[in-house]
Amino acid sequence: MRTPVFILVQIAIAAALYFSLRAIGNDYLFFLGYTVLQFVVLATAWNILGGYCGYVNFGSSGFFAIGVYTSVFLYTVGQSLDDLFPASIAGPLHAIFPLPVPVDVVFGGIVAGLVGLGTGYLTLRLRGVFFAIATLALAIVLQTFVVNWSFVGGSRGAYIIPPDKVPVFGPYIEFLFALMLALVIIALTTARLIERSRLGVGFATIRDDELAAEACGVPTLKLKLIATVLSGALMGMAGAPFPFYIGYVEPGSAFDLSYAVNSIAMPMIGGTTSWVGPMIGALLLGTLQQIATVTISSAVNLLIVGLLLIGFVIVAPNGIVGLWQGWMRKRSRA
Amino acid sequence: MSAPLLQVSQLGKRFGGFVALDGVDLQVAPGERVGLIGPNGSGKSTLVNCICGTLHNETGSVTFAGETVDGMVAHERTRRGLARSFQLPRPFTSMTVADNIRVPLLYTVAFRVGHHVTEAEADERCMELLKLVALDGKAAKNPRDLTQVEMRKLELARAMAADPKLLIADESMAGLSHSEVEDIVALLIRLNESGITIIMIEHLMRAVMAFSQRLVVLVSGKKIADGKPDDVIKEREVIGAYLGQ
Repeated sequence: MRTPVFILVQIAIAAALYFSLRAIGNDYLFFLGYTVLQFVVLATAWNILGGYCGYVNFGSSGFFAIGVYTSVFLYTVGQSLDDLFPASIAGPLHAIFPLPVPVDVVFGGIVAGLVGLGTGYLTLRLRGVFFAIATLALAIVLQTFVVNWSFVGGSRGAYIIPPDKVPVFGPYIEFLFALMLALVIIALTTARLIERSRLGVGFATIRDDELAAEACGVPTLKLKLIATVLSGALMGMAGAPFPFYIGYVEPGSAFDLSYAVNSIAMPMIGGTTSWVGPMIGALLLGTLQQIATVTISSAVNLLIVGLLLIGFVIVAPNGIVGLWQGWMRKRSRA
Repeated sequence: MSAPLLQVSQLGKRFGGFVALDGVDLQVAPGERVGLIGPNGSGKSTLVNCICGTLHNETGSVTFAGETVDGMVAHERTRRGLARSFQLPRPFTSMTVADNIRVPLLYTVAFRVGHHVTEAEADERCMELLKLVALDGKAAKNPRDLTQVEMRKLELARAMAADPKLLIADESMAGLSHSEVEDIVALLIRLNESGITIIMIEHLMRAVMAFSQRLVVLVSGKKIADGKPDDVIKEREVIGAYLGQ
């Protein structure tokens, strides 16, 4: 399927999903759907570095939180224009602020992408567990920074008051859901484009054998930096609408370890070698977690993730996509 | 000797207190077939790694095709025409045999010709190379399904896909049977006759003598002999290094 057709198919599915939920008329489904879609973006973003290149990033919560706090920062700036700037500058700025959430998403992506670039330069000469620990440390450093930054709320957190309704969409959550659908389309299209390009071949060689990749002329450091920037930017974009979704943000919720665990577990369960895998993993795990939250308790969320991850590592180390491919191979041989 | 394709001058490399290379000089002329031998730990692989950019030399310099390549990383050297095969085959196991060959075509040849290699061009060159090493029937297989000798051939074909001026074959025959060794030697000679300069690192003296026009011997990080194979193997120092004084 050519990329424009792929995008059109995604838009059609997204529109069908949006209007179906709207027809049901229960806002809670939009809340639930938003979280699941957010995990699709996070898992797809993680997979660009972790799945395609084989570099396990434990700092997803850090990149997600960069997006969250970019939005909080821009929102707070908008609220404090008169305090921050002289009247001659604050006046025209009032016409721009508060910034629309899609603009926050763009800024969140840019900031997280730049942090990804910096992190890449500092850590991409490390491999395996050393790289994973370095990314985990990044999330902790960022959290410490935010805890001590009072402008964005510090440890006491920050309140974000979104408007009740948005033109065209109606309730704000429907707008955020539609925005997250758009981010899913961007993330999946990016991942699929990478997979089918020269870049994807280069990423696969890095995952298989970095030394051999260099010997074949693959500029491994450059490609890893591209992967870190893309992955970080998409995670930041996933985080940017979060303050408007939740209304109150504090470092504990923005840097929650469950984002890191989920963004690793979902591609592992779905399959890391294709764009389909993280999406399947995120839809499956995300939906299961939401059902568990409603029917049992939100405390069992990570238990479900852990049990499924153990099960898949033992039974299907290549995830659901790997299982499917293995089954298809057997069928074609028979 | 014509202007050297590869010139290694006073190359030095240490690993902590261990001197792996101690002021090694080496010149290789275009079109030559050079054998590089030495006992285990003599510095052969370190020398190859320093020439190819996998390791960086601490002293001395490496000049390739008239350009000093010190400080360049491995892929930059490959793009300039300096290719290698590995002692233990390192195929990309998530790809087919054919896709393994495509990697250097996409990343090295495309860089050199200044435009992307088209699918058709890549397929054509890929099959040419696979035919050359008699792996054309296994193009769609995973490298894990290949035999040891086929894996070695894939390693050589992938190095060849980078369209190199100089190919360094690092112990391409280790663990192979008599006929398989002959097969690989014949292949390397064919590649050389097509205009590629080759340095062969090998323990198998039969293969080295059959292949080399010139023989270089390393012992304890130093070059102790360099000359015609028949003369070199008679040198007392070489006999001493291999058989013990």
